[in-house]
Amino acid sequence: MTKITSKYVWEVPVRVTHWVNFLAILVLSVTGIYIGNPKSLALAPSGYVMGWVRFIHFVVAYAFTISVLARFWWMYKGNRYANWRSFVPFINADGRHKMGRMFRYYVFISKEVPYVEGHNALAGATYLLVFGLYLLSIVTGFALYAEYAPDSVMFKLFGLIFIPFSSQGVRLFHHILMWLLIGFAIHHIYSAWLMDVKERGGVMSAIFGGYKPLREKE
Amino acid sequence: MSRTRDGNEHDGLPDPALPPPTVWEERGISRRDFMKFCTAMSAALALPPAFAPKIAHALDQVKRPTLVWLEFQDCAGNTEALLRSSHPTVAELVLDVLSIDYHETIMAAAGHQAEEALAKVTKEQKGKYLVIVEGSIPMKDNGVYCCVGGRTAVDIAREVCGNAFATIAVGSCAAYGGIPAAAPNPTGAVGVKEAVPEATVINLPGCPLNPDNLTALVVHYLTFNKLPAVDSHGRPLFAYGKRIHDACERRPHFDAGQYVEEWGDHGHKKGYCLYKMGCKGPATWHNCPTQRYNMKTSWPVGAGHGCVGCSEPLFWDSMTPFYRRLPNVPGFGIESTADKIGAGLAVATAAAFAGHGVISGMRHDKGKPEDHEEA
Ligand code: HEM
Repeated sequence: MTKITSKYVWEVPVRVTHWVNFLAILVLSVTGIYIGNPKSLALAPSGYVMGWVRFIHFVVAYAFTISVLARFWWMYKGNRYANWRSFVPFINADGRHKMGRMFRYYVFISKEVPYVEGHNALAGATYLLVFGLYLLSIVTGFALYAEYAPDSVMFKLFGLIFIPFSSQGVRLFHHILMWLLIGFAIHHIYSAWLMDVKERGGVMSAIFGGYKPLREKE
Repeated sequence: MSRTRDGNEHDGLPDPALPPPTVWEERGISRRDFMKFCTAMSAALALPPAFAPKIAHALDQVKRPTLVWLEFQDCAGNTEALLRSSHPTVAELVLDVLSIDYHETIMAAAGHQAEEALAKVTKEQKGKYLVIVEGSIPMKDNGVYCCVGGRTAVDIAREVCGNAFATIAVGSCAAYGGIPAAAPNPTGAVGVKEAVPEATVINLPGCPLNPDNLTALVVHYLTFNKLPAVDSHGRPLFAYGKRIHDACERRPHFDAGQYVEEWGDHGHKKGYCLYKMGCKGPATWHNCPTQRYNMKTSWPVGAGHGCVGCSEPLFWDSMTPFYRRLPNVPGFGIESTADKIGAGLAVATAAAFAGHGVISGMRHDKGKPEDHEEA
């Protein structure tokens, strides 16, 4: 028989930032699509449709940035599942081995379900890429945002990106990043669901409640 | 009593109580018009109105600094912009105050005589004269693609700009290479600062430049004896410190959400925002909305055409396609936009994972935790 105990894996800051990011990316994508390809919704010049959409984009952008920074901080302060090491499994042989095992399972070469408590190694490495996309969205977003005030501190900081890249190039890249994040979201929900079914590790409920079931053979 | 000196209100005899006529009055410009001009210039330079008398004082005293005007790979469009005002303006006369010792399009001298005049300036007025450069400088194959009087453009620029007090690069070609530098840039065209890094260069890009900005720059130099503050692209902040999008007369339509969707549609007739027609106002810094062109008559967006970003470095490459908001995605056909590719990516991802899900559902995994527990 096995005994099922539960283990507290995802602490509050991990779960809160996860859901703030989820909501923020949703809102930023919807407002971003409107900014990128607006429809003439206002009937009178006194309307403020684009004004509000952009306002929401920028306010949520700040919330998103704070959430991402908080998660970075928690990579040092949080428990071992939240730690930055989970996102760089490839730095040691064991991690690389685990990534390989997970990869073989994903591509149907192996039938062994690798059960893990925190992130599986492959997922962890993927999240590193996603954090990269977050940072790029933030940097390009604030650079474009600061264009209205070229003598501001913000522009001095983020505007550095305009030395190697043109403003239009940065705009296009900011736009493409959204599609990359949407692509990630599709993959992410699918694999979370897949692993929830296959691993029976309760990943889906863990991101709400924080606990994962642990099976121990007696 | 105001002391009018335009000759209208007295009998024509010089009033002994008045100071002798200034250089301006000799040229038929009334004190009133002159002061109006000085006030307009302090506004163009983003100075408080209190500076107008200071500018007036400086312009009254001008010592005719020497100016040479070099043309390289250009279309003379900036010269045209300057010369083709509909009637003589104070602005033109300010430039007259400069002693234009060399200008290929307008000088009377030709051949060796002209080149001698130029050599004389660089030698005798070293570090004191101003240079205006129009057109880009080709660097490929030792610069042979543009020669004047048997010398390459880069060779002339090194000597003339290198010895000047300052060089004003007028138009986008002189500033950043402009149209000759557009990909694939067959002549290796660059702007003055890149060709002659040691020169003091101030850029007045635009296609063409706005002559009012050149006048204001010269007035600034005559008034303060130094060059104005510039941005990271070497452009004076008084003219390039604000984004077109943020000063545009159509901006309320942008914020409202009223866009031209098609040329000639209802919105176009009503003067809605040209954002969706590919206007590059959001990526371009220039004072066109306020300063305007051709005696302040109009400017592209005012006339119903989107901005093409002509005052930004390498605009021919970075601002195209002119009638689309975003650049094309490199490596894809010109008909694909970022959104089409992105939506395709999202659909492909979803399809791939749906397929993966079906296969995963059918497979029997080994070591599945506690299968036997299931009833
Ligand atoms: C996950 C995060 C984000 C997504 C998915 C996103 C998405 C988008 C999209 C699709 C656009 C339209 C781009 C175009 O077609 O021109 C846009 C525009 C914009 N975004 Fe974001 N964005 C994100 C984060 C941010 C952040 C953090 C900022 C920082 C303030 C920001 C600032 C802006 C600005 C200023 C624009 C207008 C660009 C312009 O002037 O054309 N965005 N965003």
